[in-house]
Amino acid sequence: MKITFKLNGENVSIEVESYKRLIDMLREDFELTGTKEGCSIGECGACTVLMDGKAVNSCLVLAAQIDGAEILTIEGVNQGNNLSDLQRNFLTHGAVQCGFCTPGMILSSLALLNENPNPTVEEIEESIAGNLCRCTGYKQIIEAVKATAEMSNQKLRNQSA
Amino acid sequence: MEKNKKNFKIVGKPIVRQDGVTKVTGKAKFAADYNFPNELQSVMLRIHSSHALIKSIDFSCIENDSNVAAIIDHRDIPGDKKVGVIKKDQPIFCSEKVVTPGDVIAMIVGKSERELIKIKDKIKIEYEDLPVLTDPSKSLETDAPLIHPEYKSNLIVHYPLRKGNVDSGFSNSEHILEQTYTTQNIEHAYIEPECVTAIPQIDNSIKIIGSIQNPHTTRRIVAAVLGISLSQVVIIQADLGGSFGGKDDTMNILSARAAVAAIKTGRPVKIKYSREDSILESYKRHPYVMHYKVGYNSSGKITTMKIDVTADGGAYASMSPFVTWRTVVQATGPYEIENVWTDVKAVYTNNPYTGAMRGFGSPQPIFAQESIMDEIAERLGMNPVEIREINALKQNSVTSTGQRLENHEVTLTKAMKTAIEKTGFVDKWNNYRNQSLDKSNFILSGEDLILSEDKFISRQDKLRRGIGLSISLRGCSLGAEGIDAAAALVAVQPDGSVYLLSGLAENGQGLRTTYSIVAAEILGIATDKIIYLEQDTSRIPDSGPTVASRATLMGGGAFRNASEIIQKRITNLLLNEWQLDKEAELIFEDSMIKHIASNKSIEFTEACSFASQRGINLSVVGWYKGPDVSWDEEIGQGSAYFTYVYGCHVAEVSVNINTGEIYINKITAVHDAGKIINILGAQGQVYGGSTQGAGYAVWEEIDKHNGFIREMNFDQYLIPTSKDIKSIDAIFIEGEDDYGAWGAKSLGEPTLELTAGAIANAVKNATGKRYFNLPLNLEEILLNRKLRPEDMKRGSE
Ligand code: FES
Ligand code: FES
Repeated sequence: MKITFKLNGENVSIEVESYKRLIDMLREDFELTGTKEGCSIGECGACTVLMDGKAVNSCLVLAAQIDGAEILTIEGVNQGNNLSDLQRNFLTHGAVQCGFCTPGMILSSLALLNENPNPTVEEIEESIAGNLCRCTGYKQIIEAVKATAEMSNQKLRNQSA
Repeated sequence: MEKNKKNFKIVGKPIVRQDGVTKVTGKAKFAADYNFPNELQSVMLRIHSSHALIKSIDFSCIENDSNVAAIIDHRDIPGDKKVGVIKKDQPIFCSEKVVTPGDVIAMIVGKSERELIKIKDKIKIEYEDLPVLTDPSKSLETDAPLIHPEYKSNLIVHYPLRKGNVDSGFSNSEHILEQTYTTQNIEHAYIEPECVTAIPQIDNSIKIIGSIQNPHTTRRIVAAVLGISLSQVVIIQADLGGSFGGKDDTMNILSARAAVAAIKTGRPVKIKYSREDSILESYKRHPYVMHYKVGYNSSGKITTMKIDVTADGGAYASMSPFVTWRTVVQATGPYEIENVWTDVKAVYTNNPYTGAMRGFGSPQPIFAQESIMDEIAERLGMNPVEIREINALKQNSVTSTGQRLENHEVTLTKAMKTAIEKTGFVDKWNNYRNQSLDKSNFILSGEDLILSEDKFISRQDKLRRGIGLSISLRGCSLGAEGIDAAAALVAVQPDGSVYLLSGLAENGQGLRTTYSIVAAEILGIATDKIIYLEQDTSRIPDSGPTVASRATLMGGGAFRNASEIIQKRITNLLLNEWQLDKEAELIFEDSMIKHIASNKSIEFTEACSFASQRGINLSVVGWYKGPDVSWDEEIGQGSAYFTYVYGCHVAEVSVNINTGEIYINKITAVHDAGKIINILGAQGQVYGGSTQGAGYAVWEEIDKHNGFIREMNFDQYLIPTSKDIKSIDAIFIEGEDDYGAWGAKSLGEPTLELTAGAIANAVKNATGKRYFNLPLNLEEILLNRKLRPEDMKRGSE
């Protein structure tokens, strides 16, 4: 079947098999290999992408289901050649070790920040509870998200001042 | 120890990891992100048995299937059919026997994995089940069936250690305590499952790219299986999505299978494991049964220890001989004990095999020995700190292997002191202990599941708090069982940019960044001038495996060596040019090279271009070899490791005594890892390692029924999430040492090994009850046993 959707800001359409999963379409047909597969059953969150701004496990979504939707993958997070604040904070806070969970972590955090620009530590923990990381112990990831929220609030304050 | 330079410019500062940008943008290429034209996929053929004789296999019904490009089995292997780092007992493809459920008989390759999975079931295999051994103690019985008959015994290895005289030690002790502790199988649970692609080359060599922890080991195994020379095999390590010791043997075997298939078909062959495949076939952490008998006096002095440890090696030897060797060296813990008698055995069973995993034979005995220390303190009316102060190893103490600790600063008690002061340990411990004593009979035990009126607990009573600690010493690097040396290439270009390459592998731990810092510090340049080359076995000498937390110590030493040679060459050139004394000292910093007294200076980039015009070679392969160590196999005595690190963890927990749930409120981790090279990376190691250690203590277990694993994916195998550990505090004390780069030693494994011991002691402090078996999950806390099909008795109960 043919589907049309928005991928990282661009309108695209493609012919897909009805059984094809979103993760496979992204990795195979669009060669967006930043989306990772760790469990295939919706437990690890490595395959997280944003669908209409909400974090979803792309291993549990069929490609056919995203017809008309807006999809954001890790490849669409940076602004041109510049890293977003969230990405930069992941680096400066040491939130990345092996990096396999990182795309999913960033997208889950982004979904949170879009919805709740001022999250508490508990809310951050909750929003990434479905993203497993075996390397970092999460602490530096949580700090990176917190710092990003503070930076954007600071920017807003500066603008209104 | 005066060689250690003091005013560091970059060392010890938070430095962003080198490969970070590619990892936050999704550009980093992991093994499964590589695709090759014409590539074939593969599926494994297994049978549902833990131990069976293979009678016949009939491939005829799929041979002509258009989806099948080739069927690969043992007949396709030109070289070694069995491999292993120490014992060659593991077949690439099983032909006669299957000895554990993960075993693979054949591999089917074709264009579509989906189609291959469908037709795989058509293959007819006849086999006869054999008796299954799942309990290591049964494996050693005289009439037990042999899992590998060629070795004539199910014993993989036995290490004795004999020091002093335990008989007189016990008869002269005022008290004796005997207890048994057990630990479980756990999974590495790297988030990236295994993946490898073998690509045949036109010159008959083979190129392999994969999620490989130790490329040089993989090269050796693939060459042996293919029966070709090392130089015909090139291994490239893709970005590795976590390993923790786990992407070694399994990856060697997968690489060999892919290579055999690639040669047979003449096409690239990819093996990409699902999580289920990964858990089924990969090795795990060894379950241990540890029996301790301890003789001590009323003063608190421990005089004698007799220790008997049996490790379940599973179906293959893998790294068991090395893992259990560390156990025999460290089983008495960081204590000075006069009389020691230790036996450590690793045994074959039909369980999933066990091998290297972060910690490597130390988390198990630390759990046991640190629990026992608290038990002894309790019996003597001491607190956990007092008993440890009396027995802890200090400067010039002699270890259980007879090694005097004199060549480095012994910081064990300093680490403990730092941790207890930081946490207010003793006061909390006393308070919680009193809280737990009056209600300790409220803990349910045994079959007593129905509560009488007076046993109901009010809401505020149900959470009990506890604090516990554990301490350790850890031998750095490989120790007396391995050759310990590492190579590092530093290649300074005419424009002052620098290439680095090392024989040790980046497993996600941030080793490239560490090495860049070492080189940048010596050459006085910024780390962003440094490019770290892709790990490729054809370009750099074998540096031994990236294991045993040896990468910073050994590789750091090699990079320091190479960088200092280059620094010397540039210095000589400039001294000559500036007509200065041959002994004059130049300062390399802020991308400049200066001679202070004469006020002469040059930019680093200019100096490099000048050197290149003068034909000075600024590409150097540095080498670092650890000092020699010694070992007497018969009695387990000798200088086991050339240096050691020390640490202390304090765990603060709450235990819900209605549900048995343990909440981890705080872990305070104090480590002497020697000089810290990158503080950001070091903290990350502590946070990640303690979190894994907490998972090991409380939640994680690979439970087997007749050799079959029950937790095949993350829905059942529970690793810590972002919500499970409230806070972790990482504190470093930098003990003096000459080895490696300014005494930078080991950290990755110490961070994990201590946590379970500290948590177990905290749970005892909270509940008043000692638990002998990991993990401390709900069943263990509430029922004092694990709910499992065959109710196996475990430790002292
Ligand atoms: S791969 Fe989708 S949640 Fe794990
Ligand atoms: S950084 Fe390795 S899994 Fe998160």
